[in-house]
Amino acid sequence: MKPEKILKRYGRSGDNLLAILHDIQDASPEHYLSDADLRSAADYLRLPYSFVHGVASFYTMYSLKPRGRNLIRVCQSPPCHLLGSSTISRELIKVLGVGFGETTADRLFTLEMTSCLGVCGVAPAMMVNDRVYGNLTAERIAGIIDDLRRAQ
Amino acid sequence: MNKKILKRFDSLRLEGEKARSNVIRPGSTIIQVGSATCENAAGAREIREEFRKHIASSGRADIVLHDVGCTGRCSLEPIVGILRPGERPVKYQQVSREGVHRIFTDHVLHGQPVAELILDGTQKSGSRYEILFCRGERCGNLAARGLQARLRERLEQRGVGADVVAVQGVNFADMCVGESKFQGGHFLVRPGNHLYRVASDADLERFIDEHLLADRPVQELIVQEQPIGQNFFELYGDISFFNRQSRIALRNSGIIDPTSLPEYLNAGGFHSLARVLAAGDPDGVIAELSASKLRGRGGGGFPTGSKWQMARKEPGGEKYIICNADEGDPGAFMDRSMLEGDPFSVVEGMIIGGFAIGASRGFFYVRAEYPLAIERIENALAACRKHGLLGEDILGSGFSFDLEIRLGAGAFVCGEETALIHSIEGERGQPRIRPPYPSQSGLWGKPTVINNVETFANVPVILEHGAEWFRHIGSDKSGGTKVFALAGKVNHTGLVEVPIGTTLREIIMEIGGGCPKGKRFKAVQTGGPAGGCIPATHADLAVDYDTLTAMGTIMGSGGMIVMDEDDCMVDIAKFFMKFSADESCGKCTPCREGSKRMLEILERITAGEGREDDIAKLERLGLLMKRTSLCGLGRAAANPVLSTLRHYREEYAAHITEHRCPAKRCAALVRYSILADKCVGCTACARNCPANCIAGAAKKPHAIDPERCIKCGRCFRVCRFGAVERN
Repeated sequence: MKPEKILKRYGRSGDNLLAILHDIQDASPEHYLSDADLRSAADYLRLPYSFVHGVASFYTMYSLKPRGRNLIRVCQSPPCHLLGSSTISRELIKVLGVGFGETTADRLFTLEMTSCLGVCGVAPAMMVNDRVYGNLTAERIAGIIDDLRRAQ
Repeated sequence: MNKKILKRFDSLRLEGEKARSNVIRPGSTIIQVGSATCENAAGAREIREEFRKHIASSGRADIVLHDVGCTGRCSLEPIVGILRPGERPVKYQQVSREGVHRIFTDHVLHGQPVAELILDGTQKSGSRYEILFCRGERCGNLAARGLQARLRERLEQRGVGADVVAVQGVNFADMCVGESKFQGGHFLVRPGNHLYRVASDADLERFIDEHLLADRPVQELIVQEQPIGQNFFELYGDISFFNRQSRIALRNSGIIDPTSLPEYLNAGGFHSLARVLAAGDPDGVIAELSASKLRGRGGGGFPTGSKWQMARKEPGGEKYIICNADEGDPGAFMDRSMLEGDPFSVVEGMIIGGFAIGASRGFFYVRAEYPLAIERIENALAACRKHGLLGEDILGSGFSFDLEIRLGAGAFVCGEETALIHSIEGERGQPRIRPPYPSQSGLWGKPTVINNVETFANVPVILEHGAEWFRHIGSDKSGGTKVFALAGKVNHTGLVEVPIGTTLREIIMEIGGGCPKGKRFKAVQTGGPAGGCIPATHADLAVDYDTLTAMGTIMGSGGMIVMDEDDCMVDIAKFFMKFSADESCGKCTPCREGSKRMLEILERITAGEGREDDIAKLERLGLLMKRTSLCGLGRAAANPVLSTLRHYREEYAAHITEHRCPAKRCAALVRYSILADKCVGCTACARNCPANCIAGAAKKPHAIDPERCIKCGRCFRVCRFGAVERN
């Protein structure tokens, strides 16, 4: 959906800013907010561009640079850490060939860290887009990534 | 009392009952599969699909697949329950696709439970009846203990053996507290789920003669009213992880389909709302909550009744009520579980809150990391609107109220109430100075009540069963139960709901099963990054808001991260300080700079570069942050450091003066070497070394090159001869 269409679904009230940014970013194939997106949100809500930029850069879930089609977020909370999330991270870096905050050359995957996913009972865990994977082992990683590639 | 409202509610409930019995017809066999995020992450989706296929190919219309929320027994998910009519329910653990096939053919179709897959290995006795007898441990009902012992004696005398009955002692804290003067005991008999109340030996004899030996339940001894936790006990009471808990806030999680309004109604839902609206007395609601001694479950522990009272007495028309579901503490997941497992109870609590303070609009502020919880709330709100439980003129009472969802976007500080308000208003989530408190001037400057998910989930139950009952369950100063999320080095990770005032030992060692691999329990971190560590020597501490504060920590949202002898307290303090430094919003200097400087000091201590005066510096900075930071995040950020300094000062000193990590956790302070006399030259260490720094010929002692060693510890773990030494 085009950003203009998303904007029209909301009233011109400042409290809609976070929801608008979420929707625009979700609709973006590259999961990010471009400078033009921020400007159109600012114009629509009659807010200064600097204010909108301030909000978008404050919250960690908004990205101001393009990302891959699939977002892989590894939980970095202590229960996951105690149960071996660093091994999972190393394996992901190896399989994808990129580090945290980076996107694969085919633009399919971006690797990120996330705050606690709240599934500590099945730690270590990661979230791919909206789906959570638990009880991860290094051996399972390659298979999960392969499945995602095939699903494209 | 407005009878019209109650009548309208009754017809809604009947409608729900009809809708439900169309889905689950009487006499059906029910297959329950967990459908929360944690269950799905453990593979419940595939399990559900597999059962669906099996049911379809069996052609049986009387086998029903029933989605439920999560029970909180996380480490053994996915969990499946099989309920065959007239038989005891059976739960299975860690069910795989192959497991589905066996459970379906052996148990669902042929009535033979698959013993080795049963949750926690219960129900292996094969007796016809099972008795869950309340030990009365929490309420101190000594008569109950005497009766249980006498029941066992009598069974033995009469020669009633294990083939007929198995007796298990449990804790039903919420079963009889309303009748604390009653001198007797309660027990639940399965199958059939009859709850008995017995007072004398004659009662016991009658029960044995008529129920156990002649299969005729003794109606006069059976309790007619249904205690709040009974549904849960009927399903999960045979499992010791559950039968020591008191499920009040989590009363429906793992029992009802969280997407179904009829099921919530069937479990007694919205009855409190209907009664509140029919009585039309907001002050009465607030008085009842105050009398119940319910305190805020999000961390602060502020009395809920007082908070509502403050907002109610503010002048002006527009007021708001907000549910804080921005659960950000690492290691805490009870809010997610409640929203995914029983969203209607939170919605009901919020509508009652709105009525009590005089609000017409409310908000769920949910973190965007919880997509399934958001979906479940959306579904619940839509169902409530459709059936007149939200929107204009609720149940014909004239009271209008609606709820909206607002999403966070990944900022821990938004759990702080003034930051949360800014975030809903569409700004950066930064806190501001209080007072004015939100109950005076909150969202858009209007009086606003902000409560946590668990607080709201408790409200309908308090109004249903009364303040007296609820207060009796908790401690002197706080009524009711608290849900704790057990995580880290504990055998049974998961959600544990126990009366406030329960000891750490009972929560961690008994319900949680202690530390894995026989390791020694060292400490527990409560309250997340705002809390502190409690050493194992204080395991008999009764957990309450005030006792925790006295220990230098907080209740927080109820996260408990258990640590064993292998965990270094300086390392844990560093982890939490890193978290706080990352999440500091940057508005006030003490928090922004203080957290960064404290982290730097902790980093150099764990790197073996600590200085003489570092402990004094940490304490000075920590106290400064505590006294001068703008909001709760900054004021509490030093707690993990200050509390570990209080209880584990010698560990800090060992790092600084001896360059030694007593727990052998801090990589920079650990050295690995191979004992030549124990090494047989099996080459396991050399093959596993990722840095290729172990050399030696086969069958000859090996050696580690300390210069190239990255101290990953893999050689230490793989050596079967105890030849790798860690110092």
